[in-house]
Amino acid sequence: MTVAEDIGRVTVTACPACVVAPSAERIAAQRVVPDARLMLSLPLAHCAACISTVEGSLAAVPGVRSARVNLTRKRVSVEAAPEVTAAALIAVLARQGQEAHELDPGLLSATETDRQGRDLLMRLGVAFFAMMNVMLLSVAVWSGAEDATRDLFHWISGAIALPTVIFAGRPFFVSAWAALRVGRLGMDVPISLALILASAISVYETAMSGYHAYFDAAVMLAFGQLLGRYLDHRTRAIARSAAEELAALEVPRAIVLVDGAEVETAIAEVQPGAVVLVRPGARMPVDGVVIRGASELDRSLLTGESVPVPTGEGMAVSAGEVNLTGPLTVRVTAAGKDSSLHRMADLVAIAEGAKTRYTSLADRAAALYSPLVHILSFGAFGYWMWATEGDLRFAINISAAVLIITCPCALGLAVPAVITSASGKLFRRGLLIKHGTALERLAEVDTVVFDKTGTLTMGVPEPVGLDRHGAEVLAVAAALAAGSSHPLARALAEGVRALRIEPAQVEAIREVPGLGIEGLWQGAPVRLGRDMWCGAVALPATATYLALAGATHAFVFTDRPRPGAAEAVAALRAQGMRIELLSGDAEAPVRELAQRLGIADWQAGVLPEAKAARVAALSGEGRRVLMVGDGLNDTAALAAAHVSISPASALDAARVASDIVLLGQDMAPIADAVRIGRQSARRMVENFQISALYNVVAVPIALVGLATPLAAALAMSLSSITVALNAMRLK
Amino acid sequence: MEILAILIPVSLFLGGIGLLAFFWAMRTKQFDDPEGDAARILTKEWDDRPKPSGDAPPSTAPPRRGRGEE
Repeated sequence: MTVAEDIGRVTVTACPACVVAPSAERIAAQRVVPDARLMLSLPLAHCAACISTVEGSLAAVPGVRSARVNLTRKRVSVEAAPEVTAAALIAVLARQGQEAHELDPGLLSATETDRQGRDLLMRLGVAFFAMMNVMLLSVAVWSGAEDATRDLFHWISGAIALPTVIFAGRPFFVSAWAALRVGRLGMDVPISLALILASAISVYETAMSGYHAYFDAAVMLAFGQLLGRYLDHRTRAIARSAAEELAALEVPRAIVLVDGAEVETAIAEVQPGAVVLVRPGARMPVDGVVIRGASELDRSLLTGESVPVPTGEGMAVSAGEVNLTGPLTVRVTAAGKDSSLHRMADLVAIAEGAKTRYTSLADRAAALYSPLVHILSFGAFGYWMWATEGDLRFAINISAAVLIITCPCALGLAVPAVITSASGKLFRRGLLIKHGTALERLAEVDTVVFDKTGTLTMGVPEPVGLDRHGAEVLAVAAALAAGSSHPLARALAEGVRALRIEPAQVEAIREVPGLGIEGLWQGAPVRLGRDMWCGAVALPATATYLALAGATHAFVFTDRPRPGAAEAVAALRAQGMRIELLSGDAEAPVRELAQRLGIADWQAGVLPEAKAARVAALSGEGRRVLMVGDGLNDTAALAAAHVSISPASALDAARVASDIVLLGQDMAPIADAVRIGRQSARRMVENFQISALYNVVAVPIALVGLATPLAAALAMSLSSITVALNAMRLK
Repeated sequence: MEILAILIPVSLFLGGIGLLAFFWAMRTKQFDDPEGDAARILTKEWDDRPKPSGDAPPSTAPPRRGRGEE
C-alpha cells in the first residue's frame, strides 16, 4: 500500500482512535484464534453486587469461558468462544440493568499492560522504601547522634539514597535534559538540579564529617514529585483507554460492484465513478448518486434530522448516512479525502489546533517559578561567596538548601492531587475527563450550547398515545412493524409489546423499500408506512400510518428526551449559564423540545459550519462556551468550543473532538461536572498559594544560612500533606 | 552502641523484604484493580476456597455460601 492511500484511509476515519483501530487484516487474524477476547465498558458498575451480577450473568452465557470485572476501570474482559458476539453480551447485561458498550479489542494490548504506569509505580515504591529507611537514620542524627555514629549513619543513608535518586529520579533527568536541549526551563530542571546538588553536597559533607547531609531531603523530593507524576499519569491513562477504545462506528470497507460481482474494498481504494452496493442497516461509505433502489436514510449523525429521509434513483447521498430499508446501488462521486465526511474532519483539525494554545495553571505556575528559583539559588551562592570571602563549601551548601526548600513536593502535587480527586468523583458519576486541562476550562464556562438529536434527546423515536388505538389495530400494526428494521417500525413494535398485546396473524408480509410494509390480514390487504402509500392525510409531526379495512390510523412519534436532560438544563441555568439549543433538525421538533426544557434561545435547521460559526461568535463576544453534542455536524463546534462534552453514543469523530465523555445515558452529571470543575480550579489556586506561603516562610531562613535538613524535611512534608488534604475537600 | 551493629542490618533487611514483596506484587499485576479487589472481599462466591485459575469454567456451579452467613 502506498503512502497516499494510507493517508486516505487515515483521514476518512477522521480520528486518532480509528487510525490505530484494527485493520481488516488484523481482525481476520484474530478470527484464527480459537478464543475471542471481548472487552466491554460498564459505566454504571460501582459495587461488589455489580461485580457478581456482571460476572455471574456473563458466565451463564453459553460459550463464555471466563469474565472478569475491573472496577477501577469500569470494564469487564470476557474470554469466549468465537461465535459469542459483544452485542449478545450487551443484551444479556442490559437485562440485568447494566449498561454496557463494546470496546475495541485491537487496542487492548496497548492499554492493558500500562508499561509507563507500572514503571512509575515501581520507582515510586523504591523511593518510598528509601525514604522511610533514610528518615529513620536521619531522625537519629537530628536527635543528637555525634561523631563516628553520625558519620556512619550518613554513610548508610548515602548508600541507600544515591542508587534511589539515580533510579527514581530518572524520569526527571530525562525530561529536564530534553527541555534543556531545546533551550527551555521546565519544572523538571529545578527538580533535577535540586536532586543532583543535594546528593552531591551530602556525599561531600559526609566525607568531610560535616553536620548536615540532605540525603533524606533528596529522597523525599524524588518521592513527592514521583507521586504527583504518577497520579497525573493514572488519571490520563484511565481516561484515554476508556475514551478511545469505544469501538469504531465507521465502515472501513465498501462493497464495490465489478461487472456484477461484489468485491469488498478498502474505502481508500474506491475511485469516483465506481458503483457501490449499500445494504439495509449499513452506513454509506462514500458520497454518490443513487442509480438503483429506493430506501430511507437516517441522517441524524450528520445533520441532526430526527426523521428518516426517503431516497430513490437520482438522489444524492453522503458518506456517514445510514441506509434503513432497501438495498441501494450508488455511483461514487467522491470517496476518501474528497467526501463530505472528510471535509468535516478538516474543520475539526483546524479547530483542534486552536485549542492547544490554552496554557494550564500548572504551566503558568512553572513559567513563573522556574526562573525565580534559579535566580534565588545563584544569588545566594554569589552573595555568600562574597560575604565569606570565598568559602565555596558554605556558599554551595546555602544555594543547595535554597533549591531543596523552594522545590517542595507540594508544587508537584498541587494540580495532580486535585485532578485525581475530581476526576475520580466525576468518573463515579459516569463522566470521563479526557483532557488534563478540561477541568480548569470547565470552571470558566458561562455559556452552554446543546445539540438536540442524540444529545438532549435519545435520537430514538417513541410512539405517543398508543392506547388511543384499539387492540386489533395495534396487533396488526405490530405484526407488520416486526417485518422491518426501520426505526419507526421497531419503536412501534416495541411500544405495542410493552402494552402486552400479541401481534396479529398477518401473512405474506413484504417490505416495500422507501414506502412501508404490506401484508394480508384475514384475507384483506393491510399496509403500514408513508401517508400517500396508505392513502392517509399527513399530520404535521413524525408519524407512520396504517391502512386497515378501508380506514387509516396514524401513529405519532416523539423523540424522547435523554433522562436527566431537564435537570441538567435547570441546574445549569441556576448556576447562571446562558443556554442555547442549536439543531440541524426541522423547526417543529426543536421548538417542542426547547419549550419542554425551557430553553429560550434556539435555532433549527442549523448547518454544521453555522454551528461552529455560532460558537466562534460567542467566543468572540468574550464568552466561554461549553458545547454538548454527538453528531458529525457538531464535531467542528465541539472542537471550536472552550470545552466540550459528548455522550458515549456519539460518533467517534465527535468523541475525539470533545474533552469529556458522558459514559451513561443520564445527562444530569453535566451540571455536576461544571460545579466540580469550578471547585477544582479554586482548589488548584489554593494549593499554589499554600506552596507559595511555605516558600515565603522557608526561603528567607535558607537564604541566611539557618536551614537545616530537619527544617527542609518539615517544610516539605507539611506542605505536601496540606495540599493533598485540600484537594480531598472537593465535594 | 554495639546494638546498632545488629539493629541497623536487621531494619534494612526487613525493609528489603518489604521492597521485594512490592516488586513481586507489581510483577503479578496486583495493583491493576484496587477498587475491584476491595469490593470483591464482600462477595460470597469462592469464599471457602480460591477460584481455580485459567481455563476451568468459572462459577457455572452455583455460588458457594460463605461461612459467615450461617
